[in-house]
Amino acid sequence: MNNNYNYAFLDEGSKREIRRSVLKAVAIPGYQVPFGSRELPIGRGWGTGGLQLTLSLIGPDDILKVIDQGSDESVNAVNIKKFVGLCTDIKTTKNTREATIIQTRHRIPEVPLRSNQILIFQVPIPEPLRVVEPREEITKKMHAEKDYSPIWLQLYESLVKYKKVTIPTEYPCMVEGRYVMNPSPIPKFDNPKLNKADCLYLFGAGREKKIYAIPPYTEVISLAFDDVPFERESFAGKICCLCGSKNTYLDEMFDAQTGEKFYQCSDTSYCQEVRQNVSK
Amino acid sequence: MYLNEIPELTIKNLTVRYGDGCPDCQNNLEKNRCTVCETIWAANDISFDVYPGEVLGIVGESGSGKSTLMRSLYFDFFPTFGTATLKNFKDGEANIWDASVAEQRMIKNTIMGMVYQNPILGLRMDYSAASNIAEKIIAAGSRNAFQMNARVTELLEAVEIPTSRMSEPPKNFSGGMQQRVQISKALANNPAILLLDEVTTGLDLSVQARVLDLIRKIKAKHGISILLVSHDLAVIRMLADRTIVMLDGKIVESGLTDQILEDPQHAYTQQLVHSLI
Ligand SMILES: Nc1ncnc2c1ncn2[C@@H]1O[C@H](COP(=O)(O)OP(=O)(O)OP(=O)(O)O)[C@@H](O)[C@H]1O
Ligand SMILES: [Mg+2]
Ligand SMILES: [Zn+2]
Repeated sequence: MNNNYNYAFLDEGSKREIRRSVLKAVAIPGYQVPFGSRELPIGRGWGTGGLQLTLSLIGPDDILKVIDQGSDESVNAVNIKKFVGLCTDIKTTKNTREATIIQTRHRIPEVPLRSNQILIFQVPIPEPLRVVEPREEITKKMHAEKDYSPIWLQLYESLVKYKKVTIPTEYPCMVEGRYVMNPSPIPKFDNPKLNKADCLYLFGAGREKKIYAIPPYTEVISLAFDDVPFERESFAGKICCLCGSKNTYLDEMFDAQTGEKFYQCSDTSYCQEVRQNVSK
Repeated sequence: MYLNEIPELTIKNLTVRYGDGCPDCQNNLEKNRCTVCETIWAANDISFDVYPGEVLGIVGESGSGKSTLMRSLYFDFFPTFGTATLKNFKDGEANIWDASVAEQRMIKNTIMGMVYQNPILGLRMDYSAASNIAEKIIAAGSRNAFQMNARVTELLEAVEIPTSRMSEPPKNFSGGMQQRVQISKALANNPAILLLDEVTTGLDLSVQARVLDLIRKIKAKHGISILLVSHDLAVIRMLADRTIVMLDGKIVESGLTDQILEDPQHAYTQQLVHSLI
């Protein structure tokens, strides 16, 4: 641990302020709480929102896992782990079950999270209404007045044009019947994991200076018309070529030589775990 | 003819002013502008009732305040003075311009429907025609796509837009079609009052005739009250039961349309009627 910096890099005052914002976010599920986003030695847009949450919450007993697109080994994930390791002395892990804090971009792990775990999302665009309204002062009002017709209209337009809802990621959810929330760029596949979960979900957007939360056991419903049910990506008939899983989110790959399509679990540590259990 | 009826809409002293005004404005008006302080009185102390099922024509030259009046009713801007009450909103006891944002939205979605003079104000040009209409139905609370489709289809058929084009955006449509999409949208939630601001202006005569015919059908079928704004007395003559004549932000004459046409009192109306013959 590098002692030239405060523990977990941020000064204690900053961390306390961020934790206060987290408390407010937990108290109002799905509501975007503004916070004084700090500068970090990582470019904004590279997960500084999530990282500030991690740094504010982490303590000596924590075990940290960082994933990017489901992978523990991507450059971004490794760099964030290295950085947190430099300014704390915490243990890091690839094992989802072992981690107390998981920082992620794009995925929720396949292993169901427990009540002693926190999943921290790095969020690029926190505002779910941005797609229908560019002006912040208007989207704020829309939330305040629970005026969500434009986002429903977006869904309807998609039905008119394509006969189905075509939003692939950042699929909007209604949190506890009150706020429409952007679940960050997770695939639709992961949306149901947000509903009535055992763990705490925290969302940090560094560039946009917003924090929001889904406390444990909160109702999180993906928006859908009564007669057109919400649908996740379907991987029917496809299996992971490494571990044989049929029920995970799969990445599509191409064989460089043959050009043939194949599939792999996007959650690399889960994939490994399945393989180890099989070989045991 | 209306004596025993409760008005659908009552407007009292509606005034929309651009500028702060001065103590002597009303004595120094040149058209609608005060020569002393340059304040523009776009609508100047307008009062009238709209009765159930009637078509009330509003006629007046360009700049007389017709759109100002209509758009105030639809909450696009708020009057400097005045009240408006609706039979269907708090038993006609509350001024709609004092209503909460949520109440205003409710009024716009369920009690009134608006067709703008300029379709760009009334339509999302990049969304499909179907969505433009569904927007109203969604705003009124529907979350059932099948029911919405059915209603959208019904509304488009009523204005004679082929349902094969419902997924196209209005920007691909002719002016007359755009106005008909606006009319469908305005009727989506069966409002009690339809606000039509120059629906036929700028359209070819044959297209005009079709839209006017449509309005006549709506009137016959829905028993809806219609505020019909036009600077064209021919349009008013064809459709309006009663007529209000506006000039420089004020009402200068009002009465049964036939009566106004046969025996205009105000010099401006006389000139208008004369030019019609
Ligand atoms: N923002 C504004 N500032 C100053 N004056 C305005 C503003 N908006 C409208 N006006 C004036 O208010 C008056 C009434 O305008 P309005 O659009 O209501 O007229 P209209 O009867 O609908 O005319 P038209 O037949 O051309 O549609 C005009 O003199 C107009 O110039
Ligand atoms: Mg006008
Ligand atoms: Zn003046």
